[in-house]
Amino acid sequence: MTTPTLATSTDTVLEASGVTMRFGGLTAVRGVDLTVGTGEIVGLIGPNGAGKTTFFNCLTGLYVPTEGTVSYQGTRLSRKPHLVTQAGVARTFQNIRLFANMTVLENVLVGRHTRTKEGLWSALLRGPGFKKAERTSEERAMELLEFTGLAAKRDHLARNLPYGEQRKLEIARALASEPGLLLLDEPTAGMNPQETRATEELVFAIRDKGIAVLLIEHDMRFVFNLCDRVAVLVQGEKLVEGTSEVVQADERVIAAYLGEPFEGDPGEAEVSEVEAAEAHAAEAAADPAPADAEDSASTEGGPQ
Amino acid sequence: MTTDTTKNTARGVLPLPGRTARITTAAGALATAVTTGLAWTWSNDFPGELTYYGSPAGLQIVTLVGGILTLLLATAGLGLRGLQWLTPGGRNASVLLAALATFAATWFTLIAIAIQLGGLVNLEPGGFLAGLTSLVTLLGALGLPADHTTDQPPTGAWQRFTGALAATPVKRRTRELPAWAEILIIAGAFAAGLSAFTYGIDTDDGAPFVGYLLFMVLAIPALNRAGLIKRLTELTHKHRGPALCAAFLAAASFPFTQDTDQYTIIGANILIFATVALGLNVVVGLAGLLDLGYVAFLGVGAYAAALVSGSAESALGIQFPFWAALLTGAAASLVFGVLIGAPTLRLRGDYLAIVTLGFGEIFRIAMLNLNGTTGPDVTNGAMGIPNIPNLEIFGFNFGEPHDILGIPIATYGNYYLLMILVTAFVVLVFRRAAASRIGRAWIAIREDETAAIAMGINSFRLRLLAFALGAALAGLAGTVHAHVVTTATPEQFQFAGPQPPNSAFLLAAVILGGMGTLSGPLVGAALLFLIPAKLDFLQDYQLLLFGIALVLLMRFRPEGLIPDRRKQLEFHETGQLDVPDQRLPDGDASIGVTKAKA
Repeated sequence: MTTPTLATSTDTVLEASGVTMRFGGLTAVRGVDLTVGTGEIVGLIGPNGAGKTTFFNCLTGLYVPTEGTVSYQGTRLSRKPHLVTQAGVARTFQNIRLFANMTVLENVLVGRHTRTKEGLWSALLRGPGFKKAERTSEERAMELLEFTGLAAKRDHLARNLPYGEQRKLEIARALASEPGLLLLDEPTAGMNPQETRATEELVFAIRDKGIAVLLIEHDMRFVFNLCDRVAVLVQGEKLVEGTSEVVQADERVIAAYLGEPFEGDPGEAEVSEVEAAEAHAAEAAADPAPADAEDSASTEGGPQ
Repeated sequence: MTTDTTKNTARGVLPLPGRTARITTAAGALATAVTTGLAWTWSNDFPGELTYYGSPAGLQIVTLVGGILTLLLATAGLGLRGLQWLTPGGRNASVLLAALATFAATWFTLIAIAIQLGGLVNLEPGGFLAGLTSLVTLLGALGLPADHTTDQPPTGAWQRFTGALAATPVKRRTRELPAWAEILIIAGAFAAGLSAFTYGIDTDDGAPFVGYLLFMVLAIPALNRAGLIKRLTELTHKHRGPALCAAFLAAASFPFTQDTDQYTIIGANILIFATVALGLNVVVGLAGLLDLGYVAFLGVGAYAAALVSGSAESALGIQFPFWAALLTGAAASLVFGVLIGAPTLRLRGDYLAIVTLGFGEIFRIAMLNLNGTTGPDVTNGAMGIPNIPNLEIFGFNFGEPHDILGIPIATYGNYYLLMILVTAFVVLVFRRAAASRIGRAWIAIREDETAAIAMGINSFRLRLLAFALGAALAGLAGTVHAHVVTTATPEQFQFAGPQPPNSAFLLAAVILGGMGTLSGPLVGAALLFLIPAKLDFLQDYQLLLFGIALVLLMRFRPEGLIPDRRKQLEFHETGQLDVPDQRLPDGDASIGVTKAKA
């Protein structure tokens, strides 16, 4: 499947500039700039420990970035995670974090939390407004379950769903908050090729709803098929950003994925090391298979 | 019919043909029921009147009920039309349990008579006969084959016994009953529940109560195994309104069955305890906040009510009308809930438990010290605020007996009826809060706080809301509590103690009954109040036995007596409704195949 490049940053949905996150002496993310436009699918790749998830957490307010700003549709995002979701940024988690002992439908209804206003009083009094809101929420949730193909399992406990469906449910739950931007943290981790294909279709379908998508992924084929733009994060810094072709051709990326260890201080030294690795890589293999490269990267990943 | 089932199933503990076993059981059960019409002993020294011919009394009623139950379940297994409605679950495990219950209750009674009165001489022939017939019933039931099929035949007698008791999945209902019949069944079930409860509360302390308890502990699983409890739950879900009405009426009619105030006070206290437990269930069961000082909120409500009750010892010396006192109590608790919650609810997990534990103790000690010497005179210190006058609503004085429908209802009966209304209110609040956007957010926070926050839930605000709501509900119960016990002393509101309204017992009631459910804490509270109240002859061992019971329960039924559907699935992976049950037919088929090959 080819990606029709719909709108290349006509409208900026997300703009992160100079995001830096330090944990004590460790700099997990260093000065990363990233923009996501309306209707865009942007991929974020990089070896394990490159700071991708940390960057995600900075975007959603789970971490407060040490430096830098994140704005959504022109307004600066709050530092409170629940307000970020309210503003229109929804996310999934790398390790599935469903409400395991709630039913599938209830999970999605929780996702509706920010889009409904009924408080405790209205719940206790059960006025017509409350009933209407509950009905609308349920209809909306069922639409999303139809969309992700989970409608038949609405009354199952989330914990009893097979792995692939749990991932789908997490996406449905995130969509329930009616986001303008969806952050997917490794949506195909642990999936077989068929499930990965299905997820790909799902992400396209989400984009067609007008929701911008930013995703972290390790499956290179998936990323390069899917994304309009790909940014590469290595050792907390953005190495390159561009279309799939540009990124795939970039030799520093190949080198990084080959997994030359970066020891000592990341920073200026790193660039030269990448340079050195480049030469190394040129000798090592003419065509490094992405999956193998990923494996070696994960075994020699930098500090997290 | 029976022979069909025996083919694939493990045989019973005793090697009897299925039909013989069943007929023996039924006949034995019938005979046992008949023997309760005989005198079991000649002396009135044993509590309960077991000396008359033709009128079962005391523990004989337990045996009578057990006999009839066993008879019904056993004949249902014989394939009689109509009676099969009774056993949608297993046909045999339930009979075995019912027979066991009858046997245990009967033999316990006989042994208790012999020991208490000094020797077997004290047993009349009727007693021996009852013992014999109940033994025959049990032996017959032991010969029944197991309900379920197994791939490996059990080897030992014990395995065979546990196999015979094992649960089987409940079959689909074959025939729809008309709606009125179903509602009638619900009404009958609640009436039966009320009589069982009334019987328990009215039995004499000591041996008769132990006999009753022994019977109930085995008879309720028997009904459960028969699938009746599940069927009844389905019916109540189907007819929610009538079921709630029936439950309310059954609960409200309890004081009308009582001649004196001796046991209605237990009823009133159970309701107070249950109401507070339900409030705690909002905090612990729904929002997942472990609150170890919850009884303090009951105390705040009680003290607030005591101060505005017009008691002579009250520092304020004013008397609010009841509705105002009720609001004062709830509001005072609410304020304390927010005051304690606001700084601490930002913490996660265990810290909150420690802080609330501390708050509970601080409250008690503060009440002790506000006595005029070590602090301002507000609470009268350890003496507490005594002589809290009885409530009066629209000229209806709770302290005086009133005739309602020609039946005199005394002080505690009045309070019992008031507490029924308060409990109904709290039940309503709990149900509506739980099944709403707010309730879902609470459960989401309990399940995974990070994910809940990522879904846009303001976790701090919602936890505070749960905490405040729980506190307000406890304060509500506290106002009535103050009037029922007529004094408010600090010692009533401890973390742990032998008397029920304390934090440890409240938490135990919630966990024992089933966290997050509506009826769980009600049942848990009733048991935890009733058992210590009736078994005071155990005295020193009470807490020890209570602890052992709790450990056993947590080992074998961690989801509580009345499990939340979620919790049940959480703790028992197998046999759940949610997983596709293809395995069962497949398993059966493969058994069939291997059998055919063999």
